[in-house]
Amino acid sequence: MNVLGIRNLNVTFGTEGGPLRALRNVSFDVPRHRIVGVVGESGCGKSTLINAILGLLADNGQVESGQILFEERDLTQMDSLEMQAMRGSRISTVFQDPMGALNPVISVGKQMLHIQYRSDLGRTEKNARSVEMLRRVRIPDPKSALSRYPHEFSGGMKQRIAIAMAMMMEPVLLIADEPTTALDATLEVATIELLQELQAQIGCSVLFISHHLGVIAELCDDVVVMYAGEVVERGTTRQIFHDPLHPYTERLLRCDPAGQSTRTRHLPTIPGEIPDLRDPPKGCIFADRCDRRETICETAPPEVEMGGHRACCHRVKP
Amino acid sequence: MFGVVLVLLMIGGAVFADLLVAAEPNRISPRDRFQGPSLAHLMGTDQLGRDLFSRVLHGGRIALSVALISIAASLVIGVVLGLIAGYGPRWLDNLMILLFDAIKSFPTVMLALALVTLFGPSLTAVMVVVVLVNVPGYARIIRTQTLALKSAQFVTAAQSMGAGTARVLRAHVLPNVIGPLLILASMDIPVVIAIEAGMSFLGLGVRPPTPSWGAILNDGFTAIRDTPWIAIAGGLPIILTTLGFTFLGETLRDVFDPRLKARG
Repeated sequence: MNVLGIRNLNVTFGTEGGPLRALRNVSFDVPRHRIVGVVGESGCGKSTLINAILGLLADNGQVESGQILFEERDLTQMDSLEMQAMRGSRISTVFQDPMGALNPVISVGKQMLHIQYRSDLGRTEKNARSVEMLRRVRIPDPKSALSRYPHEFSGGMKQRIAIAMAMMMEPVLLIADEPTTALDATLEVATIELLQELQAQIGCSVLFISHHLGVIAELCDDVVVMYAGEVVERGTTRQIFHDPLHPYTERLLRCDPAGQSTRTRHLPTIPGEIPDLRDPPKGCIFADRCDRRETICETAPPEVEMGGHRACCHRVKP
Repeated sequence: MFGVVLVLLMIGGAVFADLLVAAEPNRISPRDRFQGPSLAHLMGTDQLGRDLFSRVLHGGRIALSVALISIAASLVIGVVLGLIAGYGPRWLDNLMILLFDAIKSFPTVMLALALVTLFGPSLTAVMVVVVLVNVPGYARIIRTQTLALKSAQFVTAAQSMGAGTARVLRAHVLPNVIGPLLILASMDIPVVIAIEAGMSFLGLGVRPPTPSWGAILNDGFTAIRDTPWIAIAGGLPIILTTLGFTFLGETLRDVFDPRLKARG
């Protein structure tokens, strides 16, 4: 049973240099009660994917084709009011930068009241719920925290408050957009554990966006690897990390500094640049940077499936 | 603090004018004309023998009510238009900016003269002029800040939590943009008082015999060599009010701008 199913999603931005195809034929599933990680380098379309799901694409962005099935309903067909009803109640989001995600001039309690605007509870009950939620994310003295302003909290606390806000309406799907990137390593671990704990308590599914491979390996059940607006490989975390099929995934894993066994001044990199998405290559999107390129790579590779493990590469034989 | 005291004195004087002086502001007594300041007439009398202190206090009513009403109206209209321009579609923004600039390009006095020619001199004309002159500037301030906040992460976060446009504007954008505008508006109050006095001085504002600081100034102007206290009675309150509201504006700025407060 899938909470979220993305089917052949194409998103295009109108730019001065012509249409930019930010997402091309993206497909993957987020099953119920599972944590799905999306990895990829900057500019691979992770944020566009989130905005497309939330229906908050910039004015020049548009879903060209494809479906975003959320609980069997296609979000791309919903009008803005229906979408608004989804956001914050069924689907909620934690953002990357905890400093920016909270309104600096409104107290935390008031912001938490605003999130509960759909609820019929009275103000006292709503505040009690906010306090309970802050307690669950381990904010010390949650009652007095309500009357305090975001700048009075540390970065890690702010991110925990943001998580509390996202979890408050007990969503079916939590989208976490690099929630630990702005935090230091210790806080990162604590935040991951907190997310796992709350996910288990509330029983929601999580779409976890990150470029930190270690975090993904630690937290996620399934992994989707994106490159330049396409899904190049997806499978369970074990499949992706132990038996990567796509050359990009393989090289990405090799670039993880945590995987270095010897001291070196030179971290491994993938030479080359992301292709221009206003004019993407006809064949394999990764061909330009791939060290195992063959002539067949001039044509678009099929998606090959092996026991739930899928990759888009000519070299992969079922 | 000084500003608050001055402003409170002004408001108190205007509100309790009837209790503070027994003399009626418009009662003519030719026998008492051109009297210097005395215990009976604290600021003296004018060319028609009217008590100037009473006229100044009642003139304060006119000045303050014109200022407060027209600034409040400018604020409401300016904030609404600014939010629409900043948050709405691009074409609407362009159209509104064009309109604001068109209005702003009129010199205030010209605009006032044109309106008075059309509708005749009255307090309403004064207030319409003030609103017309202030709204474009207020709306621009709000618009610029709204544009900057439109893509702020907490706005996106609020949207992703299900807040609609109205909620985003009211709960998240407005509290972030209103502070500087309130400071500006409080500093504009003396400007409005000067506009009202100026228009009344020119005979474009209140109609005689209604007391107004500008009208008193005009009365004293012709006799300034022999009886300067009339002009002083008209000018002094304008100076004090300007000072008071300017200091008040600075106090407000300290309250609204936490960075300044933290430093001081």
